[in-house]
Formats: sequence, C-alpha cells, structure tokens
Amino acid sequence: MPDAGPIDCDVHPFVPSLKALHPYLDRFWRDTFIRRGLEELNSTSYPTVNPLTARADWREAGGKPPSTPARLAANVLDPMGTRLAICNCLYGVQLLYNEDMAIALTRALNDWIAREWLDADPRLRASIVVAPQNPHAAAEEIDRCAADPRFVQVLMLVSGEAPLGKRQHWPIFEAAQRNNLALGIHAGSAYRHPVTAVGWPTTFTEDYVNQAQAFQSGLTSLLAEGVFTKFPDLTVVLIESGVTWLPAHAQRLTKTWKGVRPDIPWVVQAPDEIMRARVRLTVQPFDGPPDARGLERILDHLGSDEILLFATDYPHWQFDGLEALPPGIPDGLRRKMMVDNPLRTYVRLKQTLGETVA
Amino acid sequence: MNVDVLNRSGVRPAASVRAAIADCDIHPRITGTKVLEPWLSRQWREHLETFGMTHRQPFEKGAAYPKSQPLASRRDAWPPGGAPGSDLGFMAHQHLDPNNVALGILNPLTPSGQGAMNPDLSAAVTHAVNEWQVAHWTSRDARLKASVVVPYEDGEASAREIELRAGDPNFAQVLLLTRTAEPLGQRRYWPIYEAAAAAGLPVGIHAFGFGGWAISAAGWPSHYIEEAVGHAQCCQSVLTSLVLEGVFERFPTLKIVLVEAGFAWAPPLAWRLDRNWARLKQEVPRAARKPSEYIRSQVWFTSQPMEEPEPRTNLLDTIEWMGWDRLLFATDYPHWDFDDPATALPLKLTEDQRAAIFRENARAVYGL
Repeated sequence: MPDAGPIDCDVHPFVPSLKALHPYLDRFWRDTFIRRGLEELNSTSYPTVNPLTARADWREAGGKPPSTPARLAANVLDPMGTRLAICNCLYGVQLLYNEDMAIALTRALNDWIAREWLDADPRLRASIVVAPQNPHAAAEEIDRCAADPRFVQVLMLVSGEAPLGKRQHWPIFEAAQRNNLALGIHAGSAYRHPVTAVGWPTTFTEDYVNQAQAFQSGLTSLLAEGVFTKFPDLTVVLIESGVTWLPAHAQRLTKTWKGVRPDIPWVVQAPDEIMRARVRLTVQPFDGPPDARGLERILDHLGSDEILLFATDYPHWQFDGLEALPPGIPDGLRRKMMVDNPLRTYVRLKQTLGETVA
Repeated sequence: MNVDVLNRSGVRPAASVRAAIADCDIHPRITGTKVLEPWLSRQWREHLETFGMTHRQPFEKGAAYPKSQPLASRRDAWPPGGAPGSDLGFMAHQHLDPNNVALGILNPLTPSGQGAMNPDLSAAVTHAVNEWQVAHWTSRDARLKASVVVPYEDGEASAREIELRAGDPNFAQVLLLTRTAEPLGQRRYWPIYEAAAAAGLPVGIHAFGFGGWAISAAGWPSHYIEEAVGHAQCCQSVLTSLVLEGVFERFPTLKIVLVEAGFAWAPPLAWRLDRNWARLKQEVPRAARKPSEYIRSQVWFTSQPMEEPEPRTNLLDTIEWMGWDRLLFATDYPHWDFDDPATALPLKLTEDQRAAIFRENARAVYGL
C-alpha cells in the first residue's frame, strides 16, 4: 500500500443536539428527554465556544463545531488524502449519574455514528462509546456493536468514577479483547473528581493542561492493576493525551516498580517495556520542544517508532493549515505513524479493507 | 534498592576525598508531638492529649497507602532504640560525615502540623516544630538549615510565622506540601508567597500532604506504587497552577523549589504549557509571559527520586532542557528510596556541571 493516504486515528463527530439522537432512542427515553427538557449533553471538558474545541475556520456558519461527515470530508479527509479516519465521539454519556439513562444514550449514540457517519463515508471507522458506570452493560454494548466491522475500538474517558485499571472495569477490557478491539482512552473527565490531584482548577486552560497528568495516572492504574497481564491481546491507545510526558513517566514507574515490586506481584516485566509493547499514542497534541534538535531527541527518548499514531484531532484546534504533524518528523517515521502503526494497532481495519491491504 | 540490610559504610570512600555536597532534602523525624511540648501552650498540649491531631485521610496513624518499609525508611537508618532521622549523632555518622554534606536542608514531615484538619492546631504545632528544629538540629550542627513549616491552609497565619523567621540564619526556606485543599497557585495561598518573597526565603514544595483529594484525577487508586508515582503528577499540577494563576508574575523575586517529585517531567510540561498558553492566554492574563520563562527563572527541582532513563545519557538532554542551574541534589535521607551521592548520577559531567548540581546551585538558591 505504498501510495495510500494517511489513517487519521482521531476525529470527532460533533452531536449537533440531543434531538439528533431521538430517532435512535426507544420511546420511553425519547419521551423522557422531551418531557424533561434535555437538549444537549456537551461536556465541560470541551465547551462548545472554546477556541480549542473547534478550529475557527472549521466551524459552521453561526459558530457551532462542524457536525456533518460532509464537512469532515471537505475540511480534512479530501485535502489530506486521508484513507481512513477513526471517529471518536465525545458526548456526555459517561458523565451521567443515572446509568440506565447512560446506557440508553450510549446505544443511541453508537447507532447514530453507524448510520449518520459510517454509512455516509466509506473512509470512516469508529470507536464504540461505552458508559463505564455499568461495566457489564458496557460489555454488552461492545458485543452488540462489534458485529459491525467498522467499529475498531472501545472508547473511554481518562477520568471516570474510578481509576481506569480498577477491576470493576475489567468486563469492558474483556469484551474489547474478545472482539479484537483496541481500548482507546480519550482526554476528558466525568468530573467525579477534580481534574488535578490537588483540587479544582480555575480555568479551562488549567483543566486541559492537566489532562496529561490524568493520562499518567490512568496509565499507572492500568499497569498496576495488572490489565496488561490479564489481557495479553489488548492494545491501549491514549488519545489526545499529549506525547512527550511518556518517557519521564515510564522511567519513574519503572524505577519505583524496581523498588516496590511486591506491591503488584503480577507485574513481572518492566513497566517501560510493557508500555512500548502495549501502549500507543495519537500525535495531536504532541507537546514537543520548540526546536528541531529537541524534537529529534525526544523522539529518541520515546524509544520506539511503533507507538505513535497519526491524528488530526479534528475539529479541535491543534494546528493550522493542513500539516497536522510537527515539522521535522523524519519521513520513515511519518509513514509508520500514518499507515503501518495504525494498521497494526487497529487489527479490525484490515477486515474492512479486504484485499487492498497486503 | 529495596534490600533488607544495606551496609554502605564498607564501600564508602573517606569523606576527605569526596567533594562537599548540598543535600536539599533531609528528613528529621518528629517522633511524636510530645517532643514539641516545650513550645506548645497549655491549651494545645491539653488539646493534643485529649483529641490528638487528625488529617484529611482515613487512618488515625500511618499513611493511607501502607508504605513499602517501616516508616518508609532505609532498614539501616534506625538508630539504636530510635526511629530513622530522629538522632542527629546517628545521622551525622551515617550520612552527613561520610557523604561530606556541607549544607543540609531539613524538611520535617508528619506530625509537623502541616495539613492538620484543625487550622489553629496546625498553626500552633508548626510554630513549635520550627522552634524544635532550631533547638534540636540547626543550633547543634551548623551544616543543617531548617525549613519554616507553616499552617499553609491559612495564608495569613502562615505569613505571620514566616515574618517571625525572616532574617533568622537557622532557616533556609519556607516549606509547603503539594497536596493541599486547593491548587497552590490559588489566592488563599498568596500571603505565603508575599511573605516569603519579602523575607528573601525560597518556598520549597515537598511531595505529599493531606488535601483530601484522590491522588489521581479518576479517583483513589489501589496500590502504594500508584501513590508513590502519583506525586510526580501532583507536582506537575502544582506547577501548572502557580504559573497560570500568575504567582510568578505577581511575585517576581519568589523562588520555588519543588522537592521529591522528580524532574524529567518538567520540560514536557513546560512545552505543553507554552503551547496551550499561546492559544488560550486570553483566559489566563495573570500569566503574562510564556510559562517556560517563569519556570526557567523562578523554579528549581531537587534531584531525588531521579528518573533513570535507558540509555542514561538521555538525562543530559533533560538537564539541558531545564538548565544546568536548576537541579539541586537531594538524598531524601533516611527514606528507603534514598539516592546515594556516590552513585545517583552516573553521567560523565564536567567539573562545573557536577559542582553546580551537587553544591553550587543550592548555595545560589538559598543564598548560603
């Protein structure tokens, strides 16, 4: 597949309003939302007006984030020659306290994604959004959606009710593994806890910067609880996590593990080795140093050319123009990030590409 | 590093052939609030006897996450009949003398009164701890300098304690802990920074504390290792708050020393801050300059627990990104994850670089 376009591992279909999901809800829930006046469930993690939530030139007339596959195609897929793009829908289903409501909305959301996005553009693939408030129902939803091979990943937020690796979440991981789905962890919080470990911040900027720390803790939790040991075929993808924090975190985790291994006896391989083998990161935002030499060095610190996945994070404002990657990425690595690494990470991609992928 | 018996004395070169070092994180142990009684009023002595001192954590005594060792200490750091860090003579014999520590910064931890639930008790106990540090440590060994422990959840009371110590050569810095009730950049803590800057004292912010919040943004993890590693994330959040709330802009002479949280995370955090500040600075006007500029000029980092990359020379990139004048050597004596000055920085350094990290940077920050 030498001339194939890039595989974009993070684009966001924006739900224009809860009304868009009405056709996919059963009558009870549709009536409930109408009766109770519920019109939208956008998260505080991405306020719709915030400049980061949607790049200015990608917003719809009137200022809303772009909400159709046609706009996605016109804004990035066509001009970038994108071969495939993975839709990660961010909608507040994980934030709800009523788990029945969350389950109903999750089903509607996944059906909406399949009908309104995947059916509309053959380049699109998607993540199965799950409500971890009820892990068993989440696992059922994974099994239900996985019948459609265009779903290639399970999507969770980095900060939910409990640390990611906790055993209560394991039915989700088990369902992901048995369906050959990657486990995607996306920035964002259900706000059960402050987004910092030292209390609530005062600005969006602070909230957003702290997502990187949330990912560090989330990765620690997945590792410490034994998720990588228990689910040997599960690949974890950190999405919109920032990238450059990874080496320092892996080093600290590895050093501490050497000191206190009996605390987590099921972890028998060094954490940095586990991460290189099992964790992938999308490259927007990259959070790199300002100079070419620095970029070269931090790429070297990452210790692998197989862990980075090309992504635009569309329509979030991470870059201007059409060059989504930080300048100075070597050609060989670019190709791996854009094609080889996504195909290895998302094993179901090949199923739908059939013979065209060697 | 985690072995039961560690007899280091046999392998140690004589102190006379080792260059003098500064150790920016030594923990003198307060063996109980009883030892503070000479400096507590009758009201607070009776209060402690009747009600004790509680923190925002589950257990009356001991840590929320049981440590990996008794008192999180080196097995060989227990003086006869006492607790690690409680005996100056033993500490001098085991650490200060053989490692040729010319300057040691004392950071007393629990029960220092910091983060105690009762704010008035916190003020009384921290005051007593400062007197105790002078009486038991700095007045008996000129190599040691105390930290002004303050009841940090009460900014005004903290400022009063700092003013009391201003100009006192026994004290080298003000001490806060990272895990507070709100992120440390927020305005309730500004009287601390104002008083510290006025007194010319750096503010050391040490990992740990009792803010009552989970140590991850997704809640309470299960294991000690998650808490131990999590302190690096806490410290990143603290630094983010200090920058974005405008503390450095408001107090341009303030020096912040981040203690026992590692440092390799600092350059990537600065890149992330710069990148988002460039896009969103309208929201954070109190951070008038690029975040990395504040960090490069007003923030220092103690070295322990030092990240250990493979290959180890990658650490040179990290120090280059931080600046060679930013890193302060620390051992964390007597804790189990002690970094030995003889082996902790296995890099080929120039004489100047080695001197900077092991001694001169500390002298410059602390003005000693």
